Amino acid sequence: MSLNLQPNFGEPGQRYLRAYTPGDDFYEALIEAHRDLDDEHSQRLNARLILLLANHIGDLGVLRQALAIARDGA
Amino acid sequence: MLSTYQYPKFAYTPPPELAAGTVRRVPVVVVGAGPVGLATAIDLARHGVPVLLLDDDDTVSIGSRGVCYAKRTLEVLDRLGCGDAVVDKGVSWNVGRTFFREEEVYNFDLLPQAGHKRPGMINLQQYYLEEFLNRRAAALPAIEQRWKNRVVSVTPQDDGALLKVETPDGIYALAADWLVVADGARSPIRRMLGLDIDGKIFMDRFLIADVVMQAAFPPERWFWFDPPFHPNQSALLHREADDVWRLDFQLGWNADPEEEKKPENVIPRIRAMLGDERPFELEWVSVYTFQCRRMGRFNHGRVLFVGDAAHQVSPFGARGANSGIQDADNLAWKLALVIDGRAPARLLDSYSDERVYAADENLLNSTRSTDFITPKSGASKQFRNAVLELAREHAFARALVNSGRLSVPSVLVDSPLNTPDGDAFAGWMLPGAPLDDAPVRAGDAPGWLLEHTGGGFTGLYFAADPARIAAPTRAAFAALAAGPLPVEVVVVAARPGSVDGARVLVDADGLAAQRYDATDGTFYLVRPDQHVCARWRALDVAAVGRALARATAQA
Repeated sequence: MSLNLQPNFGEPGQRYLRAYTPGDDFYEALIEAHRDLDDEHSQRLNARLILLLANHIGDLGVLRQALAIARDGA
Repeated sequence: MLSTYQYPKFAYTPPPELAAGTVRRVPVVVVGAGPVGLATAIDLARHGVPVLLLDDDDTVSIGSRGVCYAKRTLEVLDRLGCGDAVVDKGVSWNVGRTFFREEEVYNFDLLPQAGHKRPGMINLQQYYLEEFLNRRAAALPAIEQRWKNRVVSVTPQDDGALLKVETPDGIYALAADWLVVADGARSPIRRMLGLDIDGKIFMDRFLIADVVMQAAFPPERWFWFDPPFHPNQSALLHREADDVWRLDFQLGWNADPEEEKKPENVIPRIRAMLGDERPFELEWVSVYTFQCRRMGRFNHGRVLFVGDAAHQVSPFGARGANSGIQDADNLAWKLALVIDGRAPARLLDSYSDERVYAADENLLNSTRSTDFITPKSGASKQFRNAVLELAREHAFARALVNSGRLSVPSVLVDSPLNTPDGDAFAGWMLPGAPLDDAPVRAGDAPGWLLEHTGGGFTGLYFAADPARIAAPTRAAFAALAAGPLPVEVVVVAARPGSVDGARVLVDADGLAAQRYDATDGTFYLVRPDQHVCARWRALDVAAVGRALARATAQA
């Protein structure tokens, strides 16, 4: 398994009239999760979120690829 | 400032009611001769409804204002009789490019598919659109236009509305069975009636400059996030007609609008954006803020609100004027049927339901664009910039870049006027969807499917071979054409042929059949505004009758 870099947002069984809708749904939810948080609390939220998602992915090969791409631009 | 455009001056004539002192009663008064009021008046006139169109000015919109007109608007304008004028004068485009700092990170094509009459978008100064619509309105005897006529009071009544109208020669009274309010975002009539419009103002300011210059940039939409020439803000470039270019600079909430508008401040910004010493002249400069809001309902008894008077969005996505034209398109056939006594007044509730649904979709998308373009927190800005950085290389991030989700018509999937599918269909021509176009031939003349639908109810009957349409089916076509709500049947066939009482269109490339997932015998019932209201794998006149009743609020 390798890291999926193609658009991949959606819900099972859901058809989308516009391709951008599920990605925009996610992005809005992400920004909304940070609403009214100061920088320190936003960073904590991000750290917790990354850990939750990483465990869900589980596959260390995939996670190492994601870490490498993220580190590359940092 | 330079002007590439000669503003027409429409003649004011003193209304006869002033001298006579009588109160004239008319079926419909439309207030506001902007694009939406004009489109409503023209569409009503085409349905045979006489319209009195009032405007408090005597020319078209000053400054270019609305710029982008979407494919769906062009299709509606085709039906109103001014699509060609608008497209010929406008700048057609399909491609948008998005830049982050120095590099292009993303581009899109609004019309990835061939075989549509109209392009994804055209750019045209609003004054031209209004001029062409005015010319069309003036040619229709059912429309009486009155300039310098300002509505100063409205008294709603059970059977209409009483108006007081101020002119240079005094005030007169007027009675209307129906009042269509198209008087813009600040809508004086909405205020006179004490009706609320709820939403929010965005804490940002934008500078618009229309400049006249010679430039060989391609006809594309260019959008910059954090460009070197305008750090930490966004910028937008569009080509308009007559070598006019629309430049849009995000300024931030703390900018001083009066200072920013001064040529000595505007010119250096433009010079930095152009990056060279080419000559240009300013044609129009303004600083704007915007609101995202809508009225709770768009119909209030005999008073109907359309366009900016009913709803306003951020400009990112070109969802303002385009959605207003769709309001007109949705309202006119319904109001005409109600006035004609062929549908109950509650059909107009569906105007509000459908267009509120569309307004909410426009508000959602334009608000998301605005939140991406103007991040409201440090975290939001970090995510925005991370998306833009990753977008250079990774497709998933490109899909998240949001510099405006450009206007497309709403698919009215939840409309009470739809008859849900009983048969299985693939694709997107769902009940409630606006029709997809396709190239067809009528006899020897090449043309487009959309040109053969709309106005009244249309039935699209898909056939492999017109010669093999059975006698009972042909009798069904005749029965549909002769009903109280006539349905004009158009046969879309894979090969040429003729059918008594029906137009035959040849779908030589099979694109129409493909886009409608049609097989031999498939029948689509289409509303006068070119939205699908029902479809079947086989034609059944009784089922069509039930769908028609439903589509006109009689079921």
